Amino acid sequence: MNMFLETLIGGLLAGTMYSLVAIGFVLIYKASGVFNYAQGSILLFAALTFVSLTDQGVPVLVALAITVVVLALMAVGIERLILRPLVNRSPMTLFMATLGLAYIVEGTAQGLMGSQVRALDLGIEDLPIFLGDIMISQFDLTAAAVALVLVVALSLLFNKTRLGVELRGVADDTRAALSIGIDVNRIWQIVWTIAGLVGLVAGLLWGARQGVQFSLSLVVLKALPVLIIGGFTSIAGAIVGGLVVGATESLAETYIGPFLGGGITPWFAYALALAFLFIRPAGLFGEQKIERV
Amino acid sequence: MTTPSAPALEVKNISLAFKGVKAISDLSFEVAPQEICALIGPNGAGKSSLLNILNGVYVPDSGEIIFEGEHFHRMQPLEAARRGIGRGFQNNALFSGMSVADNVIAGLSRHARATLLEEALLLPRARAEARRFRERAHEVLRLFDLERHAETTVALLPYGVQKKVELARAIVAAPRLLLLDEPLAGMNSAEKQEIAQIIARLNRDLKLTIVLIEHDIGIVLKLAHHVVVLDYGRKLADGAPDTIRDNPEVIAAYLGHDKVEIAA
Amino acid sequence: MSDIELRLTGGIGEGASTRTLVGIAAAALIVALPFLATEYWINAIAVPFLILSLAGLGLNLLTGYAGQISLGAGAFMMVGAYAAFAFQLRLPELPLPLALIAAGIVAGAVGFAFGFPSTRIKGFYLIVSTLAAQFFFEWLFLKFPWFYNGDPSATISLPAGLSVFGIDLNSPHGRYYLTLASVAVLTWLSYNLVRSQPGRNWMALRDMDTAAAVIGVPILRAKLQAFAVSSFILGIAGALWAFAYLGSASVQSFGLTRSYQILFIIIIGGMGTIRGAYFGAAFVSLLPLALDWLFQRLLGGHVDAGLLQNIQKVIFGVLILWFLIKEPEGLARLLQRQRGDLGNRRLARLKIRRQT
Repeated sequence: MNMFLETLIGGLLAGTMYSLVAIGFVLIYKASGVFNYAQGSILLFAALTFVSLTDQGVPVLVALAITVVVLALMAVGIERLILRPLVNRSPMTLFMATLGLAYIVEGTAQGLMGSQVRALDLGIEDLPIFLGDIMISQFDLTAAAVALVLVVALSLLFNKTRLGVELRGVADDTRAALSIGIDVNRIWQIVWTIAGLVGLVAGLLWGARQGVQFSLSLVVLKALPVLIIGGFTSIAGAIVGGLVVGATESLAETYIGPFLGGGITPWFAYALALAFLFIRPAGLFGEQKIERV
Repeated sequence: MTTPSAPALEVKNISLAFKGVKAISDLSFEVAPQEICALIGPNGAGKSSLLNILNGVYVPDSGEIIFEGEHFHRMQPLEAARRGIGRGFQNNALFSGMSVADNVIAGLSRHARATLLEEALLLPRARAEARRFRERAHEVLRLFDLERHAETTVALLPYGVQKKVELARAIVAAPRLLLLDEPLAGMNSAEKQEIAQIIARLNRDLKLTIVLIEHDIGIVLKLAHHVVVLDYGRKLADGAPDTIRDNPEVIAAYLGHDKVEIAA
Repeated sequence: MSDIELRLTGGIGEGASTRTLVGIAAAALIVALPFLATEYWINAIAVPFLILSLAGLGLNLLTGYAGQISLGAGAFMMVGAYAAFAFQLRLPELPLPLALIAAGIVAGAVGFAFGFPSTRIKGFYLIVSTLAAQFFFEWLFLKFPWFYNGDPSATISLPAGLSVFGIDLNSPHGRYYLTLASVAVLTWLSYNLVRSQPGRNWMALRDMDTAAAVIGVPILRAKLQAFAVSSFILGIAGALWAFAYLGSASVQSFGLTRSYQILFIIIIGGMGTIRGAYFGAAFVSLLPLALDWLFQRLLGGHVDAGLLQNIQKVIFGVLILWFLIKEPEGLARLLQRQRGDLGNRRLARLKIRRQT
């Protein structure tokens, strides 16, 4: 029983990291209808920029500020050079465009800042703590707390501010939003910047654990099943989806893995997502689409 | 029209809602064999949704469809096609990357019998079938005076011609019931006349039962044998064009602003 | 107008006789190539180019013609390679061409299975299914030694090398002709398919799936057929990649990067055209060489390989975006336009897009 609980809690905590990555996707998908395959590369780029700056001796806060500015500039560039020319094109074209974007961002990040593994120390202790006799990673707990704070902040932003109202307008009906004078292009720039910031936070947390390196960009592959399960349009869905994937993945590796020779985590989440698609194609929190002909 | 024994199509107590908003409420009407039945009503009256139910694109929340004596709670799109229900769409739903002939031949898909292997290896049955399909497509294209466009990619053609291609595709498999969603929309009056004549001819010569949605009341009242008026998903009136024209409720709700056109 | 239309369908036009001549000359050149080129060019460029074209062709049937996006091209190539290996190892009496076909059939069956979710889901959601294939098979072929016959480095290579009915094909010429023959046959079959009922069904599905179903196109069958045929071709391409090009392969030879590469081939070359796969493959094979040459020239031979790879990545990314934005129909259309015809086709397409 203890082993079960330990596996479950460890999985849930790891899941909050998936949620964090998935939220970046949801923001962009809601605002611009794009499944942003480049989110993983942006995450890598953000973390790499920060680490490169601090490695040069730049104070942490200054490095953070510079990274944020760089991310905002990138968001503006993406909106101008990619989203605007591709407006009204099929979701598939947009998806492939973000695949191209991912290559550009990865190539630039590694070309400019190198491809070796960079250590990142956020000063978070990684000693396990014990709850009764269940062992919990302190680092995971901190990461989960950060994710929670971020989610609360985002919900406040979207529910309590004018920007949030505009953003929801764009998400619900871009044309209507345009007609009442909302500057959709500006909203896109802002949302892509925020998604970049979420990516930065996720990138720093993941980077602190496994080093800042290329494999960070592969988290995009972890986020996809999370989104399928939670739905592409719901932040709550991204959180629940992340927890579901994290928990089932770690339980499956412990309890089913041994029968299959182990190492099933890379594909287990996908199998789960496929099963979900058959039961609930729109995901747990997604909206069913109505087709018009 | 002689009074036929059984209706070709019967819509019975159909209701449909999207996310809780009623699109169609408890709608019933009958379509007699070989008649042209027009559905009219303002935008959002549920007309297109009804055609989509008849085609199996939407599933009604309740009610049933009786087509040629068979009862369906829900139609499947392929099943509808197999049973001889043809369809033209509101906004051209042609296959824009394909030629006119290929668009029309696609309408014959469900008659294809050659296997994948036969097609890949160009075996005799596949070739014979391809020839037959092409001949049939050209026969229909001739009917619409579209033969010279046969090999043109549809995306290159003007809107009016595309609408004709869509009609051709809808009837190529010789349906018994044809559903048309605003076949005259976006056309000038000469084009409208031409299409209206084609529709009348299809009805007369091919003995096709036709259900169509149209906003041009002048043409509807001339073309249709039977008019059903919808408003916010409910049936407002149902009868011969003459009775519809004189129905005060219809005039109040819908025809009012179109009076000029009727007079013309 | 009418002669433009004729050329559009690639049929018999006024320029037919010159085109036939050009065609014959090109065919002669392709067949004689091994005697004109160095061994390096055959081994390192011609053979991989042909196989990548074949893979592009396979993916193009699924993505370009049937409109079903896939990030699992590498997985289906992998299945083909491992299946061919299994057949050659465990059924040595099966001649190589039949083993290749059988491997294609195995890959086709796998594609069919992973295509099943496409009957429920649409658009980019489908990448979940194809990515699942990618990760699952990378795991499967590495986890169970049966698949690589217990080889200590977990790689596969043909026990008896390449030979067809006693003719040894292990030389560069042999590999080239084996590849060329496979590519020619499969191109012919694909060409027949896209011009007949299955191809029409695929395009109908791609252009407007709901309308297709309503007018009687069996869209579920068409989707599954597209997955099966596409994976069949990808499977054979994978087997050729492993044994005619690499000689020995592992799951890394068919990783996610390979899947991206095949997708890039069809985006750059032209989705929904047969020749697009060849243009795209040529581009993808030659660009690294061109860049390498350019940097050697500019920087005098001191280029870091890692940096070069990153620059290549950026260039590919930019090209993908450029083609998607400016020329969604790829090099195939770009080259056609260079030849002077059909400038207004896109205009018409734009008009359509606005109307709907």
